[in-house]
Amino acid sequence: MKILVAIKQVAARDSQFKVDASGHWVEESDLSFEINEPDAYALEEALQLKERHGGEVVALCAGPARAVSGIREALAKGADRAIHIEVEDLTQFDALGVARLLAKAAETESADLLLTGLQSDDLGYGQTGVILAELLGVPHATIIMAVEKQDGSIRVKRELENGWFQNVTLPLPAVLAVQSGISKLRYATLMGIKKAKSKEIRRLTASDLGVPPSLNIVMERVYTPEKTKRTELLDGDPKQAAAALVEKLKFEARVL
Amino acid sequence: MSSVLVVMEQNAGAWHRMSWETLAAGQEMARQLGVEINGAVVGADVSALASELASKRLNRVYAVTHDLLGQYSPDGMTAALEQLIRKTAPDFVLFPHTYQVRDFAPKLATRFGQTLVPDVIGYRLSGQDLVLVRQLFQGKLNADIRFKSDGVRFASIQAGAFRAEAVEAGQAQVETITPDLNPGLIRTKAEEPFREAARAVDLSAAELIVSVGRGIGEKENLPLVQELAEALGAELAASRPICDNGWLPMERQVGSSGQTVAPKLYLAVGISGAIQHLVGMKGAKTIVAINKDPNAPIFEVADYGIVGDLFEVVPALIEEIRKVKG
Ligand SMILES: Cc1cc2nc3c(=O)[nH]c(=O)nc-3n(C[C@H](O)[C@H](O)[C@H](O)COP(=O)(O)OP(=O)(O)OC[C@H]3O[C@@H](n4cnc5c(N)ncnc54)[C@H](O)[C@@H]3O)c2cc1C
Ligand SMILES: Nc1ncnc2c1ncn2[C@@H]1O[C@H](COP(=O)(O)O)[C@@H](O)[C@H]1O
Repeated sequence: MKILVAIKQVAARDSQFKVDASGHWVEESDLSFEINEPDAYALEEALQLKERHGGEVVALCAGPARAVSGIREALAKGADRAIHIEVEDLTQFDALGVARLLAKAAETESADLLLTGLQSDDLGYGQTGVILAELLGVPHATIIMAVEKQDGSIRVKRELENGWFQNVTLPLPAVLAVQSGISKLRYATLMGIKKAKSKEIRRLTASDLGVPPSLNIVMERVYTPEKTKRTELLDGDPKQAAAALVEKLKFEARVL
Repeated sequence: MSSVLVVMEQNAGAWHRMSWETLAAGQEMARQLGVEINGAVVGADVSALASELASKRLNRVYAVTHDLLGQYSPDGMTAALEQLIRKTAPDFVLFPHTYQVRDFAPKLATRFGQTLVPDVIGYRLSGQDLVLVRQLFQGKLNADIRFKSDGVRFASIQAGAFRAEAVEAGQAQVETITPDLNPGLIRTKAEEPFREAARAVDLSAAELIVSVGRGIGEKENLPLVQELAEALGAELAASRPICDNGWLPMERQVGSSGQTVAPKLYLAVGISGAIQHLVGMKGAKTIVAINKDPNAPIFEVADYGIVGDLFEVVPALIEEIRKVKG
């Protein structure tokens, strides 16, 4: 089975953000980056499917030069090769634009299965995988918590709201948007890191793919949300703050 | 005539609560834009739901009905709504940002060459257009989004952003629409929804909850919050990543894919406050947050907060609680 996994590199989770001079995005120079969390789970699922059924895992990433570190990590964990669509400024593409890039690159691979993360931690659109399926004319399922390959089809466990689940069967090829927590993430081994250095990264540009920048929706302004609720912050050293909180819990909230 | 279309969600004859919040948003937008407001409900037999919907302030209710829509599928839903939208040509189409909508609405928008603006928390008028507000970086920043292309504008509304009680009553005509669908169109085969084995812990009944998030760092640190929960006599709960990692069982997860709780006290330790977590605990009477990041979104819902390192604050708190509890 040939599996494509879309991985996006996003700002590390505990980043502090500053809006950049344009006001349309954040200052990236002082941020560190990592593979988007659900994408790491998508990759893990792809690697496990390959271990069970054989085949090939290809990582697919659209992003600037820095994204190579994320691609290398995917290769070190066991992806066989990668496609890097080099886009210096991803803000020139909205979700449909990015999906068009990924779709064009995916078309050259004719994979059996395409995995994406459910949602990116930066933009949080939660839609690139679904759009990708529509562009490729293949079925999809989202919020995937388990994948079981069958003959010519795939049976997946979807998460519904409030603790409900549902199994769905789709013919292949198909796109799955994978939820965090689907399995345990592996670490890259030293051996894996060494091997990754010789693995192929195919570089493509948006114009190679014939996909011009496109924005149906534009981020006109990015800003820190105004506080609407006044949280009573308890100051002082930890001991003072803790004592003040206990006072509040006892006399105001009346839970002690 | 220009219009806003609100696509309501129902499952097995019951409304999804967020549909009403979205309808409230749609009514407000339509009024400000001076355009019609219409509602749609989709299913195999939705006559009862359609007549209920017709008692709201709407120009028209579309009952989109077909046997193949009895069970949700992204292919069926997309095809049915595509036909409705082509026929009725609304300017804006609004959805509640539910799991189901996540599953098909981006596909539908793509059919129209458009990009859905998902998870909207607010809007403002800009001439005859809307500027929509949504969150970035898990609620740490906001963005104003403007539609650039012409044509139908698609958006979904975040849970809790608008008030369901604000829906205005009225009287609408029901129009039944039967889309042209055939079984071959639906490529996925869904089985009956199920729940995992019965939950051993019912957090919804807990009066006091201490909830732990990724700020705890490692599984080995969990006894610290366990001790805090014990000192308070509280149940221990967690955010999703803690359960994803298998550090605590999934039945202790609070949020949109876990339990919904409404305790007297919800003490969030090292939890950032992503919307999927907040929807599960916003109803708590008193919310306390301990977080080292003063800008963490959890402070938007917290009544009391301590900005600091949980590894210093929690031990101090345990000590203070033991003092008063004796
Ligand atoms: C469809 C969908 C469904 C989801 N369902 C759920 C759900 O049901 N429940 C849920 O919780 N999430 C859910 N999520 C995930 C959600 O979006 C967030 O990713 C998750 O809630 C984040 O968990 P967290 O706050 O523990 O971790 P993080 O966001 O990583 O936050 C950790 C916090 O700890 C703080 N911190 C770190 N170190 C310290 C320290 N030493 N002292 C004090 N503070 C510290 C940091 O400042 C940060 O604010 C869902 C997501 C999706 C897309
Ligand atoms: N630039 C990108 N490169 C590779 N994959 C991406 C990119 N953007 C989004 N994706 C994939 O699409 C998923 C959903 O992203 P989003 O729609 O932005 O929430 C992510 O988890 C990735 O798997």
